[in-house]
Amino acid sequence: MKCYTPVIYKGLSACKPSAIKNSVLQSEQVQYVIKQLSKEMGESTDIIQEEAIEILDEMGHNLHIGAIRFFAFSLSKIFKRIFQRVCVNEEGIQKLQQAIQEHPVVLLPSHRSYIDFLMLSYLLYTHDLALPVIAAGMDFLGMKIVGELLRRSGAFFMRRTFGGNRLYWAVFAEYVKTMLRNGYAPIEFFLEGTRSRTAKTLTPKFGLLSIVMEPFFKREVFDTYLVPISISYERILEESLYAYELLGVPKPKESTSGLLKARKILSDNFGSIHVYFGQPVSLRTLASGRINRCPYNLVPRHLPQRLSEEIQEFVTDVAYKMELLQIENMVLSPWVLIASVLLQNLPAIDFELLVEKTLWLKGLTQAFGGFLEWPDNLCANKAVTSSLALHSNIVSLVNGQVVLNDVGMEDGATEELVFKQALSILMCGAYRNQLLNVFVRPSLVAVALQMTQSFRKEEIYSCFNFLRDIFSDEFIFFPGIALKDFEEGCFLLTKCDVIQVTPQEILVTERGNSVAVFLAALFRPFMEGYQIISRYLSKETKEAFTEKQFILGIRNFAFQLLEIGSTQCYEVLSSDLQKNALATFVRLDVVKKMKTTNGFTYTINKEALSKTAEMFDSQIPIRKLVTARL
Amino acid sequence: GVPWTGTGCRGGGGALPRHRCEGRGPVSAGGWAAKRGMPGVPISARSASPSPSRVTSHPAAQRGSAMAAAAEAAAGGGPGSQPAAQRRLRIISGHLRGSPASRAPEAERLLSPSQCRAGGEAERPVASTIPKKRQEILKWNGWGYNDSKFIFNKKGQAEFTGKRYRLSGMVLPVLKEWMEKSLGASLEHKITSRAFLNTSDVPPSIVNEEFLQDLRATKISYSQEAEDRVFRAHGHCLHEIFVLREGMFKRIPDIVVWPGCHDDVVKIVELACKHNLCIIPFGGGTSVSSALECPADERRTIVSLDTSQMNRILWIDEKNLTAHIEAGIIGQDLERQLGESGYCTGHEPDSMEFSSLGGWVATRASGMKKNIYGNIEDLVVHIKMVTPRGVIEKSCQVPRMSTGPDIHHFIMGSEGTLGVVTEVTIKIRPIPEYQKYGSVVFPNFDRGVACLREIAKQRCAPASIRLVDNAQFQFGHALKPQVASIFTSFLDGLKKFYITKFKGFDPNELCVATLLFEGDREKVLQHEKQVYDIAAKFGGLAAGEDNGQRGYMLTFVIAYLRDLGLDYYVIGESFETSVPWDRVIDLCRNVKERIVRECKEKGVQFAPFSTCRVTQTYDAGACVYFYFAFNYRGISDPIHVYEQIETAAREEILANGGSLSHHHGVGKLRKQWMKESISDVGLGMLKSVKEYVDPNNIFGNRNLL
Repeated sequence: MKCYTPVIYKGLSACKPSAIKNSVLQSEQVQYVIKQLSKEMGESTDIIQEEAIEILDEMGHNLHIGAIRFFAFSLSKIFKRIFQRVCVNEEGIQKLQQAIQEHPVVLLPSHRSYIDFLMLSYLLYTHDLALPVIAAGMDFLGMKIVGELLRRSGAFFMRRTFGGNRLYWAVFAEYVKTMLRNGYAPIEFFLEGTRSRTAKTLTPKFGLLSIVMEPFFKREVFDTYLVPISISYERILEESLYAYELLGVPKPKESTSGLLKARKILSDNFGSIHVYFGQPVSLRTLASGRINRCPYNLVPRHLPQRLSEEIQEFVTDVAYKMELLQIENMVLSPWVLIASVLLQNLPAIDFELLVEKTLWLKGLTQAFGGFLEWPDNLCANKAVTSSLALHSNIVSLVNGQVVLNDVGMEDGATEELVFKQALSILMCGAYRNQLLNVFVRPSLVAVALQMTQSFRKEEIYSCFNFLRDIFSDEFIFFPGIALKDFEEGCFLLTKCDVIQVTPQEILVTERGNSVAVFLAALFRPFMEGYQIISRYLSKETKEAFTEKQFILGIRNFAFQLLEIGSTQCYEVLSSDLQKNALATFVRLDVVKKMKTTNGFTYTINKEALSKTAEMFDSQIPIRKLVTARL
Repeated sequence: GVPWTGTGCRGGGGALPRHRCEGRGPVSAGGWAAKRGMPGVPISARSASPSPSRVTSHPAAQRGSAMAAAAEAAAGGGPGSQPAAQRRLRIISGHLRGSPASRAPEAERLLSPSQCRAGGEAERPVASTIPKKRQEILKWNGWGYNDSKFIFNKKGQAEFTGKRYRLSGMVLPVLKEWMEKSLGASLEHKITSRAFLNTSDVPPSIVNEEFLQDLRATKISYSQEAEDRVFRAHGHCLHEIFVLREGMFKRIPDIVVWPGCHDDVVKIVELACKHNLCIIPFGGGTSVSSALECPADERRTIVSLDTSQMNRILWIDEKNLTAHIEAGIIGQDLERQLGESGYCTGHEPDSMEFSSLGGWVATRASGMKKNIYGNIEDLVVHIKMVTPRGVIEKSCQVPRMSTGPDIHHFIMGSEGTLGVVTEVTIKIRPIPEYQKYGSVVFPNFDRGVACLREIAKQRCAPASIRLVDNAQFQFGHALKPQVASIFTSFLDGLKKFYITKFKGFDPNELCVATLLFEGDREKVLQHEKQVYDIAAKFGGLAAGEDNGQRGYMLTFVIAYLRDLGLDYYVIGESFETSVPWDRVIDLCRNVKERIVRECKEKGVQFAPFSTCRVTQTYDAGACVYFYFAFNYRGISDPIHVYEQIETAAREEILANGGSLSHHHGVGKLRKQWMKESISDVGLGMLKSVKEYVDPNNIFGNRNLL
């Protein structure tokens, strides 16, 4: 039997999960909140203390080596069956091993699948590394047995929303910090907050991140390592599930029986998985020179303290930085390229042409710094064929033509054509999206070039800036560096000979035109999607609407457009795109968000809307630019 | 050997070389500038008497016995059964007291306050331990007395020379190994200082002849000799000592004056105003904040105002228990002379052998036994200071008054930027009947801190209580003298076995608190029990009187160690801070770690020695003292690297909620953080005071602001 002896944090004094719970309960932080609440509500502290214990029990992990062994054993069986291989960067593992001994470690994996954290724990176990404790959503708790098993393998559970509940917040935050401070185990959570259904990296959530950073801000630890981890799947286990969900077929509740039903995927092939452990990033280094120490010196450290603006900004920057690192290390499979080409050549493309274009895209991707995993031992034909085979549920090769399958519901219910078409396009889109993360800067420059029909750098930058702003919920941009993003986009395009940049002008080269067109087309679904939504909004007559109503309305609107064939933009049906667009409009003050007793309602500012719509129709307003630096 | 037993590591001793450390005391200056340290010197007259209950209540008797002891020691014999240590103690005390012949006649000690003896030094009746020509007995390029230093003898063993300290004349067999192991130092790689001060390197003295004429007319003693001027151009920061060993200061005082009394100071300040000169007050020269450094771009003549000849106790008021004293008196002389009347101030900064009363006031000094006697701000009843605006003093000598902000607080900590403190009325106490050392071993630092916190909470801290971390504890072990008998080493082995094996303390985790109790016998014993009972609750084991005593003794010799390190490519410093209780552990850990990390980043090839002790306790927090040393072989600009690391460490302290300084002061070394520390408005307040008191910046050392 394998002997599991992980390296541990240098300052670690061994303790049991129950001891941690106890010390959380007795901590000044939690006791302070309990006393406060008891004063405010007039209840005895004992009752509130009881509540705190319940919260802890509901939440707490119960890391148990037996469960780990059980999991490791069964997971290795399952993984071997459904995945061809799992690739891990060994030097990343070594760095992690080093980091774990030095300072508390926070693992920040990307989140594309349920498999993510199982896979990660499994990998750490097999590499003799300390098993992380994982912040997981409460959804899992609903699964009998499995919930408990997960708990024993180190998961702790958090409610999805608990902003208002001070006791919950205090207990949860203290629980996380206690584990972090004493180096009990690496903490793992998902910056994205939930699984990305579109394979695009979701904009980060800041709550948990600010909790794990706080011990450093208060200097309770010398440093904290943040480790971005990129997990990429050649084929995502939940691919069709996600597509349904995006189209509004509700997500099945996690249940053990559901899991059992999922057994049939065991007979399927899901290709390979790449797990890339990024270089551990020292929080201290990130914070150096950025944090005014005063606020933390003037208040006792156990008092809950609102984050200063400065800190909030810092947390935001760190979150984005980590996500950008995840993106940088995300492995792209050949299929990602194929899907991107395919989506621009619907309904069908000649196989030879597909191979040719895929190879061309391969070169471009590499030039843009994409982390491509290309089977160099195979000839291009074979590589493409094997990718097509792996994704035969989405595409087929018919008479030398590659076409999208009609994906029907398993139960055979007759679906409208549009719906079927949308399903396969969304599934395919989820793979193309992986490419967008890498292509977004040069592509937006290409889109701007197209929209402005101008050579003037200022104008193009202005348009780029507008697009970047519009899509900042859709893609990950580091806050506040539009100019740098623009320059990077231009640099990559120049490098590939697509454009020439002079001090005042940007010119598309003759050779580069086709590349520019491709790049712009890559983002067309988003451009069009947002246009359709703004058109919808300008027709919306209701005074105020909820998000649900908005999504239903837009869905109907889009269905009609698609049915009559006045658009080919199926992706506007994606609820992800719809929600992002709504958030964008709220951010741009086109739509006003108001809190009511039961949720939020939205109202439209027609004037602002028409302005934005105009801009989309490539009427870039003359804006004064910060041109001095251009 | 056994670490915890023998030697002192524990204590205070700590470690490192630096002068600053609390310990030792050298230097300082009264000068207003910075002072070094806090705690005290071990060797005060009192502690010198041989038997464990060392204090006799009758001063005369005590004096007698000490003299006898000194004589006996001089004759070379001690009671055989008493260990050599006792003997040393007596020798030292004999030394500190001075030979009977040199002691001032009693009658002279009560002079009428304002009377100034005429200027010439020949007429000075009160002999100070430190002569006017400091170079006669003090090192010009290092810490302390010429005759006391660490050397490696022919057998390659470390030895401490001289006769002044308990450790003097002893061989320290494990020090070499410790230096090799902990610092990567090697006897092969030696770098020696210049042997002599080359007077031709010294910047010339530029003094206006008219001023000299006026000065001569006052009959105040002065000198323009290079040696005198260089001696007063620096404190004991690392970079200053480095310059002495290998280079020369860009700017030094042009002239040194020795006023003999308050009126002399008034005359000098008047002359300075008249001729537009810059005055830098100098007391004991123990500054560790660059406070004595002359601003390189000062174009005016710089006058070093050495207060050392104003060293009389002008009167003792036994009804109110106060004494009125000239500010130039140095700590050891003050305690010795008060001791002759049965009193003490109880103020024992580690630099007390050399630092002066005026310097304590000017830098807000802290003493080792502040738990009983208080820090300087608690001790001072009245201050007289000469400023360019005139003399500032209160009209009465009362315990407290409500008359607006206390003007004493403009003076204390002014670091020589406002004027010269000339006379101070200070509280005195009868010499305590009984003194007892002690020590406690804790399984780890956290438990030790928790125990100190509890003791502070119950307000039952002994006169001194210090907690050293494991590294410092082990360092103390390295300073353990050769064990005389097989029996002792056997005993040490047994103790070690008991602590580490039987009690399960990890030798790489355990740490030690050293204790000093004072008072009447009964109460001391009672107090001792109370403290040990608390310690037991935190897993502390009593580790004996000898350990405690040695810890405090070592505090004094440790400053000498830096000079040894400097010969072998090892540089080091100490620095201090104060911090709320709840952040003590985090601050200690983080600062030490920061030092280690910075060293690595700066290319230091051997892991540095980075250690701390909690050296004072208060109701709301503690004072923490750090030592830091590293081997700079392979680094081209060690001083620069050192300064970067020290800056980083201070940043770390501030980020952890610690203060800019607990007792070393700001000087010029820490000026950059003043604004952040006391806010814009706070700094503006101080500036406007300076502006009013000294609009022409006569006191132009540029400290603090």
